[in-house]
Amino acid sequence: MAPYALREALSASQRTPLLTLLSIVAISLSLFVVGLFGLTAYNISRAIDEIEERVEVVAYLRDGTTDEQLTVARAEITALPEVQQLLYVSKTEALATAMDEFDEFRDAFADLDVNPLPASLELRLNDGFRDPESVELLAQRLLAYPFVEDVSFGRPWIEKIVSLRRISAGAAGVLGISFGIVAAIIIASAIRIAVFARREEISIMRLVGATDGFIRRPFLLEGFIAGLVGGALAVALTFVTFRVVDATLISISWLPIEWTLLGVAAGAIFGLLSSAVAVRRHLGAI
Amino acid sequence: MIKLTSVSKEYPRAGHALRGVSLHIRKGEFAFLTGHSGAGKSTVLRLIQMAERPSAGEVRVSGFSSKRLRRRDIPQLRRKLGVIFQEFRLLPDRTAAENVAFALEVTGSKPSIISKRVGRLLAQVGLAHKAQAMPDALSGGERQRVAIARALANDPFILLADEPTGNLDEWAARGIFDLFREINASGMTVLMATHNLELVRAHPEYRVVELGEGEIVYDSADEAVVDRS
Repeated sequence: MAPYALREALSASQRTPLLTLLSIVAISLSLFVVGLFGLTAYNISRAIDEIEERVEVVAYLRDGTTDEQLTVARAEITALPEVQQLLYVSKTEALATAMDEFDEFRDAFADLDVNPLPASLELRLNDGFRDPESVELLAQRLLAYPFVEDVSFGRPWIEKIVSLRRISAGAAGVLGISFGIVAAIIIASAIRIAVFARREEISIMRLVGATDGFIRRPFLLEGFIAGLVGGALAVALTFVTFRVVDATLISISWLPIEWTLLGVAAGAIFGLLSSAVAVRRHLGAI
Repeated sequence: MIKLTSVSKEYPRAGHALRGVSLHIRKGEFAFLTGHSGAGKSTVLRLIQMAERPSAGEVRVSGFSSKRLRRRDIPQLRRKLGVIFQEFRLLPDRTAAENVAFALEVTGSKPSIISKRVGRLLAQVGLAHKAQAMPDALSGGERQRVAIARALANDPFILLADEPTGNLDEWAARGIFDLFREINASGMTVLMATHNLELVRAHPEYRVVELGEGEIVYDSADEAVVDRS
């Protein structure tokens, strides 16, 4: 039975090559758009990850903080779960960095008798503690030390990153779903046309005693294969686009293998489901 | 075998197609179903195939009852019926052999069995030499022979034919009819709907059931009963 269904599904594409081609192209274009958006979303997400890793909290210390105070505080702060890394920057180091980074001010700094820059503690945060609330909490904690004059952590900036991530995830979801619906409609109408084109054959199958499952199988397989091929084609198109963009515009990363496999699987399952719905609806009418 | 008991069939717009028809067709019988077009011949054949259900009364076919038959049982019934149409209804994109094989593939027969059986069936209808011909390349009579081979593929207990000679010239029609007689002689029941009265009159040995306005107006089997009494 299975070889029969497969043979029928394949010969359907020979009998109506244009229709099969149309549905494959439709599926692959729809999934290609999803793929492009996936590629964009993935790269935005990676960029955000990188930026997030750089989220740091800096505690500026008052002049005259003693070494003992500092040693105790450093041990306490390092033990906090939020803290990935703690770096002490002395007044001298701060001045050296500033002179390195701001060429224009080098002369001005050199003329100063007193070093105006404070020593500081630079904190790198662990993953999961980079959201605005956790950062705020940590800042409060640091300010509780009497020798901490001020804490800087760029809160508005962190909030922007978080909302950027939300927007890109939301847009990917909405676009993915809309193009998925478009693809489903196209597959369903292709199957509908296929059922219509083969109505005489179907009614003869009924006549000689074919079960509904037997009649349905080639159509389901046809949808599945179209989805599989369309999905693979979409991945290929997305990859070509990736190579072109990566070589000419900006350096981006290719999607993880799970995403591409998921794309092909989504195409296949999509094709199968769409044709199942179409066949169920249209077979009854014959 | 086949038993219609007080069967009526009413269509929403067209009204009554059949009214209180009772008919019993016995095993091995050859029966003509005659009457004007629109008298209800095709409706009787469709009811026997359970393509339609009666509005009232009961149709029983080889243990299946129109009152209890579930949709998923219909394929099992169809495999016991061989159906032939005026317009042949072959698949135009398949050879004669493939058209016959189709009926066997549908019921899940093994490929090795299918090819042997198709050869035998085509030989039975006299078309072994045209196995690879497409329907387009066959004459009307030859196409109907392919359709008969297909109808016989699953070893049905009855052959239902709806105007099988309607599209054929006299010579081809006679050939098809002779084939039916041969098939009946081998023990299979044949029910043939036709409005070819010449053919019916030429074979008084077969039962004739005449429909008119959806009712049975004549049944030669009843006459036989009357004669005996």
